Amino acid sequence: MSHLNMDSVARATPRHLSRRIRGLSDRAIAWVFVAPTIFLLLAVNIFPLIWTIRLSFTNYAANRPNAEVQWIGLRNYERILSDPDTWATMQATAHFLFWTIVFQVMIGFALAWLINQKFRGNDLWTTIIVLPMMLSPAVVGNFWTLLYQPQLGLFNSIVGFFSGADPTSFSMIGDVHLAPWSIVIVDTWMWTPFVMLICLAGLRSIPDSIYEAAECDRASRWRQFWTITVPMVLPFLMLAVLFRGIENFKMFDLVVQLTGGGPGNITTLTSIELKREAFEKWRTGYSSAYAVILFVTVFGLASIYVKALNRVKDR
Amino acid sequence: MSAHSITEPSVRQKWFAGALVAAYALITLLPLLWIIATGFKSSSDAIAYPPKILFEPTLEGYVNLFTAQTRQSPEYLAQNPPATWYEAIVHDKGMVIAGPSRYGERFMNSVIIGFGATFLSVVLGTLAAYAFSRYRIPLKDDLLFFILSTRMMPPIAVAIPIFLMFRNLGLSDTHAGMILLYTAVNLSLAVWLLKGFIDEIPREYEEAALIDGYTRFQAFMKVVLPQAATGIAATAIFCLIFSWNEYAFAVLLTSGTAQTAPPFIPTIIGVGGQDWPAVAAGATIFLVPVMVFTILLRKHLLRGITFGAVRK
Amino acid sequence: MKTRLFAATALASLSAMAATGAKADELTLCWAAWDPANALIELSKDFEAQSGVKMNFEFVPWPNFADRMLNELNSGGQLCDLMIGDSQWIGLGAEAGHYIKLNDFFDANSISMDDFIPATVTGYSEWPKGTPNYWALPAFGDVVGWTYRRDWFERPELQAEFREKYGRDLGVPATLAELKDIAEFFQGRDIDGTTVYGAAIYTERGSEGITMGVTNALYNYGFQYGNPANPYDLEGFVNSAGAVEGLEFYKALYDCCTPPGSSNWYMSENIDAYRSGQVAMQMNFAFIWPGVHADATVGGDRSGYFPNPAGPAGHFAQLGGQGISVVAYSDNQDDALEYIKWFAQPGIQARWWELGGYSALRAVVEDPGFAASQPYAQTFLDSMAIVKDFWAEPSYASLLLPMQERVHNYVIAGQGTAQEALDGLVKDWVEVFEDEGKL
Repeated sequence: MSHLNMDSVARATPRHLSRRIRGLSDRAIAWVFVAPTIFLLLAVNIFPLIWTIRLSFTNYAANRPNAEVQWIGLRNYERILSDPDTWATMQATAHFLFWTIVFQVMIGFALAWLINQKFRGNDLWTTIIVLPMMLSPAVVGNFWTLLYQPQLGLFNSIVGFFSGADPTSFSMIGDVHLAPWSIVIVDTWMWTPFVMLICLAGLRSIPDSIYEAAECDRASRWRQFWTITVPMVLPFLMLAVLFRGIENFKMFDLVVQLTGGGPGNITTLTSIELKREAFEKWRTGYSSAYAVILFVTVFGLASIYVKALNRVKDR
Repeated sequence: MSAHSITEPSVRQKWFAGALVAAYALITLLPLLWIIATGFKSSSDAIAYPPKILFEPTLEGYVNLFTAQTRQSPEYLAQNPPATWYEAIVHDKGMVIAGPSRYGERFMNSVIIGFGATFLSVVLGTLAAYAFSRYRIPLKDDLLFFILSTRMMPPIAVAIPIFLMFRNLGLSDTHAGMILLYTAVNLSLAVWLLKGFIDEIPREYEEAALIDGYTRFQAFMKVVLPQAATGIAATAIFCLIFSWNEYAFAVLLTSGTAQTAPPFIPTIIGVGGQDWPAVAAGATIFLVPVMVFTILLRKHLLRGITFGAVRK
Repeated sequence: MKTRLFAATALASLSAMAATGAKADELTLCWAAWDPANALIELSKDFEAQSGVKMNFEFVPWPNFADRMLNELNSGGQLCDLMIGDSQWIGLGAEAGHYIKLNDFFDANSISMDDFIPATVTGYSEWPKGTPNYWALPAFGDVVGWTYRRDWFERPELQAEFREKYGRDLGVPATLAELKDIAEFFQGRDIDGTTVYGAAIYTERGSEGITMGVTNALYNYGFQYGNPANPYDLEGFVNSAGAVEGLEFYKALYDCCTPPGSSNWYMSENIDAYRSGQVAMQMNFAFIWPGVHADATVGGDRSGYFPNPAGPAGHFAQLGGQGISVVAYSDNQDDALEYIKWFAQPGIQARWWELGGYSALRAVVEDPGFAASQPYAQTFLDSMAIVKDFWAEPSYASLLLPMQERVHNYVIAGQGTAQEALDGLVKDWVEVFEDEGKL
């Protein structure tokens, strides 16, 4: 909708009508601007959500359209919450979520701080660092299975070269203890740049004058870092964490391609479990209940977090 | 900024920072270089044991990526010598080209859906963000959180109702359906990013324009949009990265017509095993458009993401 | 009045013709994306030339094949006119009405199921099993077997060492226990300067991999899907002492004799490992053999093939392969049937075998020249004689998932015991059958 276009439309319409369009009251403009977004989100997100909630109280199976659908109350919820597998996948998800965020925040912030030292060529290096996040997670997960191959893979060769260990003596994907870390490593490789970018934006938004004032007060560099840099970047960092947290709570493509949820159920994240129930077993009602539980969890955590974020911002 | 400014890091500090960043960049680049290199390996070099760093480059992977092939008897092969260089590559393996592969179609679908959804998300997101930024909208904070919350649903969770809904509306496996879907997913990010950015554009500019006789809408088009260009560019990059690479919806909701490349690439099978050179070639080609797009807009990338985190 | 009626009928039939004419000269065939599918494209050119129908193909790679295609069928989609669906889907296809029943068509065109390998008719066409109700024509015979490095096996120094150690010749194993000995013999051995390993076996978690592998051990140690008298009576059959022993065998094989990192391997990873010279033997479906034979590094005389070895309680091999069905939602059923009719001709089936497709037509495989036509042909015949398949119930996916989970958990992740894994499996399966109303 370029403005040129709007002009010609306006010219073609009768004068009083065009005045009406152009001269819409502020309130009307606000609603006209917001409405398409709200409408689309209602149609594609909220309507399905309500449908999901409804289905979650039934035994509906989408692959048996002719079977009789029964209301079974809260039975789906009871079954899910009393199933130890549910808690195992929640734990796997929590492990993944926690460590990816820790690593991405630490490395991402450090990189942003270093890049902000404005050395020559920092623009070029930034662009290079950002590259992994442009790849498709499914393709990345698939390709890393090759990199993690003990015999054929680059990862094991490099680790072997630097540690002196035999590259074939460990298997990142196959070992029960290493597999949870294998997915953390790939996600960190891929998404640290995202956190870095946001931190960098934060660092660059700090006016030099604040540091200059601190310098006049003879505050040490260390002190400046903790009293100026960190608090000023914190809101940015928290936003990065929010978005990474939401994305990784939903994590599916990368892990499904990389480990398939194995060994056993060690890396079966909630989305993978949900996919099995919904699209392989076709227990639509059951999986709808599962989806609702996940949504409530992430919604609850996120709303607490956003409250905290707003408090930090307002400070 | 002069070299003697007190906030300017010392030369040694810069060197040190530069070296560390370069080291990280090189490490992080390794897997990517490995993917690109694998695209030029022969299928036996790709799975060489131990891994090969030096190899004889071949375009076999790229040929495999774009063609479907069939094994043929030696007699047939002898009777039908290859006419082109790519036929020769296939011929040497005892195969013939049976036709084009699906990669071209999948790639075009990605272009249509990826860029279509990006365009739509940016347009709708800008409008909504402007309204949220400038007007008093009832329950604004709740609405904003609602918009964000739509991003919290795992795609698998909404896929079933969307699947049923699309089927009823005739949208299943169509480009339009996927564009709408990706737009909806992207909108939350777009609105949040852009609102932060538009918040920072001083209202005085618009007010001046209004006094000059512009309508609200004209003021938006002629004053706010140019100022917001940086934020829009950054938003477009993130929207494109998402819709270009999305996998879960694509694999569940599309089949023949509208399937994009990400579900296709990991599954390229050669003679029996996974055809790593073709997979790598597919991944490399697939990276190019989004990479070019990002590099073209990179100046805006940093300034564009502020998320409204800074309040004036 | 009469003329008007005539005009109306003429118009109606004309428009009907136009409608069919517009779509009828195209057919879409859906199958997995793998080597044989490309051979089918080549084969189908003959059909296109004969009938004037243009063939489109929708090939979905194995890891997503079941998901995507069952999704398509379950939603009543019209993408596929012809479906070469996996053998285990036949129950669902028949009971949910996804496939059309082919008996009348077979009778009308004198296609007889007696002309096909009996195991493929049972495995790919019949539902319920053992009754003459046909929902597909056997299209591609497939079975799990083994490929081995004949060039390594034949090295005199290795032969001597092996004889000394095990008191017998190093050759094709007759039992699973012998297979494990050989795998152990090669594990970690230095051959031409590289370390090699015993065997690549199926361990994949995400789709059906480990199930398709472990059953080859389970069957031969005494596992049964159920009481022969009542197929849904599982207790004591699925988790019998023999079954436990079979599962333990598979884990022992995985622990002792597979390449490091082979924890999530299926068809393609096994081929990669074999082609790159990492393993002495690989478990894999027969479809790979033409590719192995033609391979530049391990092909020709360097490789040999043998059927799944026997165990203490029997001699079976896991069935793969597919039948070709007509999708009930297709608008082009007549053309689709025409395709099946064309495909069933002996001449086409012979050409199918030449191109690398495993024909299930007896006229082809019982031809005196067949066994010698390819080095793996005899192994294919021997393997097809001992096949057994996984559940083909409509709820097959719900039965497969717990098996994947329980077995992977025990064999790969090493959690719990074999007895616990199989007891758990009985519990899961009983639950599925209860939900189905079959128990």
